[in-house]
Amino acid sequence: MATQGIAAEPARPAGRAGRRSFAWVGTLPFFAYVGLLLILPTAIVVWGGISNGHGLDLGNLKILWDANVRTSFLHSVELSSITALVGAVLGAILAYAVASGNPDGLIRRTFLAGGGVLAQFGGVTLAFAFTAAIGPTSGFLFHASWFYKFPIGIGLIYIYFQVPLMLLVFLPAIVGMKREWREATESLGGSTWDYWRLVGGRLLLPAFLGATLLLFANALAAYATIQAWENQIPYVVPQMISNSITSEVGLASTNAAQALALGMVVLVAIVMTLYVLLQRRTSRWLQ
Amino acid sequence: MRSTRRYAALLSVAVVAMVLAGCSKGSGSANGVDWSTMTSAAQGGGMSKLIAAAKAEGTLNVIALPPTWANYGNIIKTFSQKYGIKVNSANPNGSSQDEVDAVKQQAGTKAAPDVLDVGQSVALANTALMAPYKVATWSNIPDSQKESTGLWYEDYGGFMAIGYDSAKFGTITAVSDLMDPKFKNAVALNGNPTQANAALNGVMMVNLAQGGSLDDISKGVDFFHQLKQAGNFVPVQATSATVKAGTTPVVIDWDYLNATHGSDVSTWKVFVPDNAVLGGYYNQAINKQAPHPAAARLWEEYLYSQAANGGQNLWLVGGARPVEQQAMTSNGSINQVAAAKLPTVSGTPVFMSGEQSTNASTYLASNWAKAIS
Repeated sequence: MATQGIAAEPARPAGRAGRRSFAWVGTLPFFAYVGLLLILPTAIVVWGGISNGHGLDLGNLKILWDANVRTSFLHSVELSSITALVGAVLGAILAYAVASGNPDGLIRRTFLAGGGVLAQFGGVTLAFAFTAAIGPTSGFLFHASWFYKFPIGIGLIYIYFQVPLMLLVFLPAIVGMKREWREATESLGGSTWDYWRLVGGRLLLPAFLGATLLLFANALAAYATIQAWENQIPYVVPQMISNSITSEVGLASTNAAQALALGMVVLVAIVMTLYVLLQRRTSRWLQ
Repeated sequence: MRSTRRYAALLSVAVVAMVLAGCSKGSGSANGVDWSTMTSAAQGGGMSKLIAAAKAEGTLNVIALPPTWANYGNIIKTFSQKYGIKVNSANPNGSSQDEVDAVKQQAGTKAAPDVLDVGQSVALANTALMAPYKVATWSNIPDSQKESTGLWYEDYGGFMAIGYDSAKFGTITAVSDLMDPKFKNAVALNGNPTQANAALNGVMMVNLAQGGSLDDISKGVDFFHQLKQAGNFVPVQATSATVKAGTTPVVIDWDYLNATHGSDVSTWKVFVPDNAVLGGYYNQAINKQAPHPAAARLWEEYLYSQAANGGQNLWLVGGARPVEQQAMTSNGSINQVAAAKLPTVSGTPVFMSGEQSTNASTYLASNWAKAIS
């Protein structure tokens, strides 16, 4: 963090203080990496979205007003919001339960390790596991007739990785709550309800909302899972993008795909800006 | 996986490839012959010269050839062993469009695909990327199944079929049987028809069986709408994994792909409705900028070889009908055991033209999602 860098300044050996520092060289690989794999591709997508191979052409963006495309953006936001909220609430309760146990105990370690694994469990494997477990024809637990309904079927699958992810990102916030705050509330005559309403809840709210936004972005970008769940209707934007790239029956359009991707970039940028603002607020308290 | 970065990564790989492009142009001029401009083996000095040049190149890049698709796993292995040429098989589950995208994005690099195996509409739309070449058995390919200068030529094909687990459903004798309540959550296509050629042909086959014509696919879409309403349609792409798991016990797909499920489900049967015998062939083509021009041409010679271990018979072993089947039946070079195993087809086969296929996909683009939601 920037503040730590400033604090470390006076500790430098006096002899080197006047010389020019080449410490920034160490950051080159990072910036080269980010530049090549994040900034450059984003720039290509943005340019592809607003050009036609010869020059500037905002015509591609018209596709964003197409009824099917608008529906897919709404679906994306709907699916991501629902799974983020449900995942955040369930994950927060789980995190609270885990945090109240022994910090070095078996339960905490098991849940953290399990959460780390399950938060990354997605894609074809996850969708296939659910289809095999509760799919309408092949389910060995039960045959869920609603399995292919949007958003409930795919939402259930997403929540499977959202809850453990919430556990991982929210646990540090809960662990950072100081016992003294609670004791101070009690010694001033506050009840448990007062504590959560006036102290704990207010402290945790930014972290909770920030984590929820992270979950939202996580679901928004998911592609392989929903594609393996069903691929006949492009419900969400990543599926629309995929259709625009891979169609072998003459419906492929790279520029349309890039215009759609541009829409996603804008959506993610909004979410991430909110996330950074909330994160800044959270980190003030939990250091 | 689940990340927008997937697309970002794909794009940046393409960029890195372009950066590296400068230092890797294939020479293609072993024995003083520039094979990238040769339109037949004879023109370059004969098969032995072609083999020597291909061996000198040592590598062949193929793309979007699934090992279980029409016996491609074996075909690649046999070619590689026969000529000592390493075969790089990229993106085996890719689509025809992915192949063309790779040719464009990797143009000029050593990683670019040398040869293509694409569906009809993609072949017709991308002739500018192809090098004309005529294999030794060129005259055995029917005229209606090749581009006259050798830009593309059909390779293998089959008929749209319904594959199903006969232990679960008994015998299917007509497309309309699929409306029966016993097929609840059972019927699947091989992909989304607005994307995948096999799925588009699946809808077209149903369309023909329902009294539709090659020019108008709407009756097929209506049938799938009813199938969905009845709860019989599974919106999952049928693969060997979904068939094995029982998620898609009825699959509408090419007969040669459908037949492969027999190895996972022993009671699997393949049925071609006689009022809807819809054929379809894939096409071979050589990348004009192939990094291994001699190996690319040798690969085509091998695929169109009528030898017992040549491409035509190996496709047949994989359940696909090779384009030279008729000639091979007359000259006796065909593998008769494999030919006898093909699903029986009665009725007159029909084929979609490029224009009919384009019309169908245009109709599907605006009506498919609505019909099955």
